[in-house]
Amino acid sequence: MAENPLRFRDDQQADEPAVSLGAFLEQANANSVRIEAGDDVRLLIPALDRVRLVEIDFPRFRDGRGFSSARILREAGYTGELKATGDVLLDLLAFMRRCGFDSFAPDSPIDPAEAELAFNRYPHVYQHAADPPDSPWAVPIWKLRHA
Amino acid sequence: MKILVHELGAEEFARQVEEEFAHFVTLGTDFPQAEYDRIAAYFAPPPFETGLSGEIDRSDPAFALWVDRQVAAHKAPGYAIANISLKPIGGIPGDISAEQMDLVADLAERYSFDELRATHAQNLVLPHVRKSDLYAVWQALDEAGLADVNLDLVSDIIACPGLDYCSLANARSIPVAQKLAERFADIDRQRDLGELKIKISGCINACGHHHAGHIGILGVDRKGTENYQLLLGGSGAEDTTPAKITGPGFDEDGVVDAVERAIERYRAVREPGERFLDTYRRVGMEPFKEAIYG
Ligand code: SF4
Repeated sequence: MAENPLRFRDDQQADEPAVSLGAFLEQANANSVRIEAGDDVRLLIPALDRVRLVEIDFPRFRDGRGFSSARILREAGYTGELKATGDVLLDLLAFMRRCGFDSFAPDSPIDPAEAELAFNRYPHVYQHAADPPDSPWAVPIWKLRHA
Repeated sequence: MKILVHELGAEEFARQVEEEFAHFVTLGTDFPQAEYDRIAAYFAPPPFETGLSGEIDRSDPAFALWVDRQVAAHKAPGYAIANISLKPIGGIPGDISAEQMDLVADLAERYSFDELRATHAQNLVLPHVRKSDLYAVWQALDEAGLADVNLDLVSDIIACPGLDYCSLANARSIPVAQKLAERFADIDRQRDLGELKIKISGCINACGHHHAGHIGILGVDRKGTENYQLLLGGSGAEDTTPAKITGPGFDEDGVVDAVERAIERYRAVREPGERFLDTYRRVGMEPFKEAIYG
């Protein structure tokens, strides 16, 4: 499989296709799951230690439920790959990262150089979110100000 | 959001918000007091002078009228809050020319610690004027055509841009506001009617907050022509109430007439000291309906 330039992880990609949330919960050995916009991702939390890949689909850019799904999983301690698929647009990328996504498979391709610019547009943030620990966003501006 | 609250019920919705909030607090998103203080410092009150006179020289009667209607008390002794009306009769609510704006900016710089505020009612406020400077401020405003005396009166109408400027509109708002203001131009009549808030929106998006007007007007599209629904009894103040629709809608001139009929009914049945809204609350919709639809 070709390297995904919008994948920000060093580990091996999961090699099995993601299955629906219902199927995943029934198949005790599955490790990749696909979350649709209406799915309640909290059902996945008890099974998190066997998950290697979660794909979260954005059917239309204005359906923002996938942002919450991602954040909920990260806050529940999920550390595997979290991939945004579907109607993923350049101007959403930075916010998706802040919600915990670390790979992207947009329906219409995004130029990695432009993605890089989007990630670096705002160097500081006001509030802690589901940012990766090595991200500049992991430390809110007030912590830097009053360190 | 309103659909969600409707589906879940207010109690369950509140419970879920509380639960999420409790979780949120554990994430350490709260900023420290030092950051709060840093931001609060931007909102420190200006350096008010002390020992100022509390007197206003009211010997010019036109100025005294303006003071009574447009000037409000300030918490710092010797200062006052000056409301600038952007509602000249027949004008576009909230409009101000570049030259007038320059002048107001100068006044803010000179007399109000460089501070000027815009209100949701489409007027401007000089928030910290020394009482002894009010006359000079008024003279400058008057010369620039900005000394109208109608704050919160029937001609102090809020109107959204409507079909003249807004691509979402169903109907025009501004001409309705202009016709209403002209209908009630007589200042003695306005003062007799007292506080009366008319608010006009050109579509259901409600940018003019018609649903919170003592009298509200909502532009709708009826088979491709502009039509206006009339609403009564709304309030956006501390005693919030949503306004209620009177009945079938009107065309542009029809709605102006209907407003006048409602207001005349108020005059006929009000008790001493009652505002339009108070009378409506006491007597209900029926007497107004009868006046409006005959
Ligand atoms: S209420 Fe409607 S017409 Fe008026 S400004 Fe808002 S969107 Fe435009």
